[in-house]
Amino acid sequence: MSASVVDAELLEVRDLVVRYPIRRGLLAALRREPRRFVSAVDGVSLSVRPGEMLAIVGESGCGKTSTAQAILRMVEAESGVVEVEGRDVTHLGAADLRPVRRIMQMVYQDPYESLDPRFRVRRAVEEPMVIHGIGGSKEERERLVLEALDRVDLSPPDLFVDRYPHELSGGQRQRVAIAASLVLDPKLLLADEPVSMLDVSVRAGILTLLDRLRRDGDMGVLMITHDLSTAAHFADRIAVMYLGRIVEEGPARQVIRAPQHPYTKALLSVVPKRDPRDRTEPQILQGETPNPVDLPTGCRFHPRCPVAEDRCRTIDPELHAARGAGEDHRAACVLV
Amino acid sequence: MSLLRVEDLHVRFDLPHGGRLHAVQGVSFGVDDGERLGLVGESGCGKTTALLALMGLLPPTAEVDGHVEIDGVEILRGGEDAMRPSRWTDIAMIFQGAMNAFNPVKTVGSQIVEPMEFHGIATGSAAKDQAAELLRLVGIQPSAADRYPHEFSGGMRQRAAIAMALACNPKVLLADEPTTALDVMVQAQILQLLVALTKELGLAVILVTHDLPLVTQVCDRAVVMYAGRIAESGPVDTLFHDPRHPYTRLLFEATPDLTGDVDVVSIPGAPPRLDRELVGCPFEPRCDRAFDPCKVRTPALMDVAVNHEAACHLNDATVMAG
Amino acid sequence: MKAVEPAIAEGTALEAVPSARGNPVIQVLRERRSALLGFFIVAFFIVLAIVGPSLAPYSWTVPSGPVYAPPSAQHLLGTDGSGVDVLSEMMYGGRTSLIVGFAAALVAMIVGGGIGLTAGYTGGGTDVGLMRLTDYFLVIPDLVLMIVIATVFGPSLSHVILVIGLLLWTTTARIVRSQVKSIRERVYVRRARSLGASHRRIVFQHILPQVAPLLIATTVLTIAYAIFDESALAFLGVGVPGVSWGTMLEHAFERTAMTEGAWWAFVPPGLAIGLVVVGCYLMGQAIEDALNPRLRVAHLSIHSWRVRPAGRVVAPAEEPGG
Repeated sequence: MSASVVDAELLEVRDLVVRYPIRRGLLAALRREPRRFVSAVDGVSLSVRPGEMLAIVGESGCGKTSTAQAILRMVEAESGVVEVEGRDVTHLGAADLRPVRRIMQMVYQDPYESLDPRFRVRRAVEEPMVIHGIGGSKEERERLVLEALDRVDLSPPDLFVDRYPHELSGGQRQRVAIAASLVLDPKLLLADEPVSMLDVSVRAGILTLLDRLRRDGDMGVLMITHDLSTAAHFADRIAVMYLGRIVEEGPARQVIRAPQHPYTKALLSVVPKRDPRDRTEPQILQGETPNPVDLPTGCRFHPRCPVAEDRCRTIDPELHAARGAGEDHRAACVLV
Repeated sequence: MSLLRVEDLHVRFDLPHGGRLHAVQGVSFGVDDGERLGLVGESGCGKTTALLALMGLLPPTAEVDGHVEIDGVEILRGGEDAMRPSRWTDIAMIFQGAMNAFNPVKTVGSQIVEPMEFHGIATGSAAKDQAAELLRLVGIQPSAADRYPHEFSGGMRQRAAIAMALACNPKVLLADEPTTALDVMVQAQILQLLVALTKELGLAVILVTHDLPLVTQVCDRAVVMYAGRIAESGPVDTLFHDPRHPYTRLLFEATPDLTGDVDVVSIPGAPPRLDRELVGCPFEPRCDRAFDPCKVRTPALMDVAVNHEAACHLNDATVMAG
Repeated sequence: MKAVEPAIAEGTALEAVPSARGNPVIQVLRERRSALLGFFIVAFFIVLAIVGPSLAPYSWTVPSGPVYAPPSAQHLLGTDGSGVDVLSEMMYGGRTSLIVGFAAALVAMIVGGGIGLTAGYTGGGTDVGLMRLTDYFLVIPDLVLMIVIATVFGPSLSHVILVIGLLLWTTTARIVRSQVKSIRERVYVRRARSLGASHRRIVFQHILPQVAPLLIATTVLTIAYAIFDESALAFLGVGVPGVSWGTMLEHAFERTAMTEGAWWAFVPPGLAIGLVVVGCYLMGQAIEDALNPRLRVAHLSIHSWRVRPAGRVVAPAEEPGG
């Protein structure tokens, strides 16, 4: 790690808000009913350092994917700041955004969908270089393609460059997708459920690969997952999201071993363990996550919270350092 | 005697361009009343095909061979005619993604009543009462019977799908990846429901999944399948603490654990294609403990302990000796 | 901690599937008899249109025999109502009919493809506007407008081509638009966008190639419609000046070939139109399959088989003493 980047955050997100308008019917528009919004992300702050893996964990609809999309500027944030290497990217125009897009790469959930079915592996890996004008000659690009395939353990690369995606297994496709990101030498990798569509037997391989890439290449990784076991295993830090907010954030080990927020506790209790002797009584929350249109007052979690008190209906707790836990372990609950 | 007994089940598919795919290659297992059996393995190992064969729901290109008995009555022998009465009344199935398989223009209640009327279990208001009862059983307000599927959340739809499968009072419930598309919290709710059903109704449940922790947490016994065959079967506790087939051990090692500090390692390679004859142990190319006999001799499934079988030469003293 | 790497990278597939080599179109033509048939029919008429006029035994304007002479050694397909050799007319007329068919289909492809692509890719107001326009064109009765335009502009080859082309683009536009709309949301297109790829690049590298099979297939089908429409226009007397299969039918009808029993005056052109239409249809389907690499491996996937009841159950052999 070079000295100059030690202090700088690679990615810094502050108070990010993403809202999607709900389509009004014609009648509602005529009646001048107020426009309603889905608050997908409601004031999220996070940071990723070079070589660090941060996992955002949460159930579907908690806003984890919207967060990533807003960081990548695939959806526009309503407010808040996204800084990449200290540079605010939230208001950059298309031309200024291009170099930033180069250093932020996304790995998508579905390897069956993220590769163009008519592009052979060579062309799929080459495309980002063509878009960004990297690797002057065709020979140079070919060399870089083979090198990238080798880095993702598709070896020997010659065996793979001429294949179509449908001739590859799911794990192999995901590796090709990662290789296509690596040719740009990204500093930040956003991985949206990178293994949830893959077979158990190959999941570990992809995760280990991501893990190795960030350790060897000082790459920051923001992994989005619903699987706490995966996050516990591979991430340095874990941020738990609920209804558009981060409710707990801290070093992975601490969040797993000493969860502070009642939501995290419940979530951890329902993760099935490998060992059959380790059958703990799951603390099952009633109902499902409410939809992010009509948000509960006070603490968003209070209607489902097993330990909610009266004040939880009115106080919307901030993320703060948890008592009795480390300084960097924070939770948004009035009880901690 | 087991409630459901499957013996030497084979499923072969005729491929459109010639050749045959031997998807299930001689699988035997059984379940008792109130028992939960896990069926695990990677995708393409034949777990779902085996279930569909039990239900008689395979396409016409499939050829099914073997014995399937429920309460001692053979259900496979007579072809489609003999299958029909037992399907849904003796044995029912929740399909993968079943929560998305509801007819959007009919109320949930009427869709639960449908199979009852079809099989002559109950009609009219009696059927309606039973449907309400079933909904209550799976944890849905009976009044919700008059609502449409889109008014239900994913978890509720999955509960309703279970209620529908239970409509004809089956003895065996086959659940194919019942929680795959659901969130962990909802998954836990559904699993809790399945466990409750086995306890309260004495229902036998076969849970098909690739997610090992689900099986170890929910099931009593598990069958590990590989390349259309059984690699190992036994109580889940034994499978985890004393696996006798390298595939079982490697599957566990590939699964991240919440508290485990050991590294997770993926299993190299991919399962073999089943459209050609396999020589030797099908797992040999991916096995970390393979030795010469594995290349040429196919290991038979043999007892390694009480209630515990594995198909691996490492357990066979005669092979190990020479 | 150094992460543990698997012994063999998962990438080193044990079951390497060789890349399919060779032209996919030829491959499908080889595998599908119907496609081959369509290809031969269309190819035959194209060759006929090119070399036919120079091989024609007689003039296609000047009578060369008696009126409605039945087929004989001199006039293989007999003569028409004015004593012109039918075979020679067929050869000349085929050229006109095919030119109109192909050119009009090309016009429809460019206009419809362009509008469909623009509407589908841009979305929003442009999409709504363009689709409204398409709807207007769609509800106009084709034939009536064609007659009006053809009579207003006067009969000429290019007018007929434009008129037919400008009426047939709506189907293409609608099909292309819906396809583009779905491709635009595919992950790999979103990925290209997040990489910073230009619109031109996304459209020409990712979207157009993906729509191409469909576009070509609909265009080939449009050829059939265009030839049909040309005949209809000619039949109504507002067609291409000179001879085409359509005008031949019109002449035969006008000069009461039917009541004369001179089947040779209307069966050959009618049959030719029918054959080309069928040929284009068979080809169109095959092209769609051929250019879509995913369809070519679909048969390897078990999941693509629809689950249907009634598997073929082989009655197990009677067990001795069982």
